[in-house]
Amino acid sequence: MSQDPELLRRLLRAKDRMDGASHEEWPVRRLARVSGVSEAHFARSFKDAFGVPPHRYLLTRRIEKATTLLRETDLPITDIAFQTGWQSLGTFGRTFRDVTGESPGDFRAREKAAQHAPDQVPVCILSAAQRPDLTIAVSEKRRQTGGDTNESEESEVP
Amino acid sequence: MSQGVQVASIYVRDHDEALAFYVEKLGFKVHTDVKNGDFRWLTVQHPEQPSFQLGLFVPGPPMVDAATAQTVKEVVAKGAMPPLVLEVSDCRAAHDRMKARGVEFTQEPTERYGTVDAGFRDPSGNGWKMIQTRGK
Repeated sequence: MSQDPELLRRLLRAKDRMDGASHEEWPVRRLARVSGVSEAHFARSFKDAFGVPPHRYLLTRRIEKATTLLRETDLPITDIAFQTGWQSLGTFGRTFRDVTGESPGDFRAREKAAQHAPDQVPVCILSAAQRPDLTIAVSEKRRQTGGDTNESEESEVP
Repeated sequence: MSQGVQVASIYVRDHDEALAFYVEKLGFKVHTDVKNGDFRWLTVQHPEQPSFQLGLFVPGPPMVDAATAQTVKEVVAKGAMPPLVLEVSDCRAAHDRMKARGVEFTQEPTERYGTVDAGFRDPSGNGWKMIQTRGK
């Protein structure tokens, strides 16, 4: 579907702002203001442009950031959860497992054991390339894998 | 050097806007700016890199048809073109200088892996990473 490039450029600005501060809260009102569009239009326009709803996009950025911190620092997992924007350790752990398929602790142990020396690739680009490809909602993913049925506190609104 | 890549090009939404951005905000120089009817061949150059030109292309007929041009414009505006990398000797100083000129930064200078990097976009949506030379 065709979208106005001027609008897309402004939607990209909202995406960039989430990228730059994914630990912050990004209600639709705030994102719509960045893009200069109405709240009613924002979520739909964003999804049309980038293929995922804005909130799910934010989730992938938070998980990406958390995986980087788990891999490259010795910060306690609780600190990582709060630094990357989650309100509780439980929500973080559950969402992380739903998205990546393993717990933050298991992920860290496995990554630390593996060899990593890709320092010829700019790290910011490498990090983006390893972002989870979340093509379905976390709740849907959870249903499909038959995992626990607790509803995530990270509801997909917007 | 007499052999190598001479020009690599990016798509921009407007020649004059892109020219102003790369010359006035980033400090590049115009290498070639010639018109032939509606076609404009515009390349800029980093002042310290005389063997390389960055071409600035507005997609459109007759090079690409109108529908393709629209698609390309959308792709650029979404930031979906691959990243460009600018090497600088002092990332924070370059950031401060460029920000004062109105460059839209997407990532503030961040120190990691023994260097400092930042991110910005041109008005069209092309994304740049700005990385400080290691060991400075």
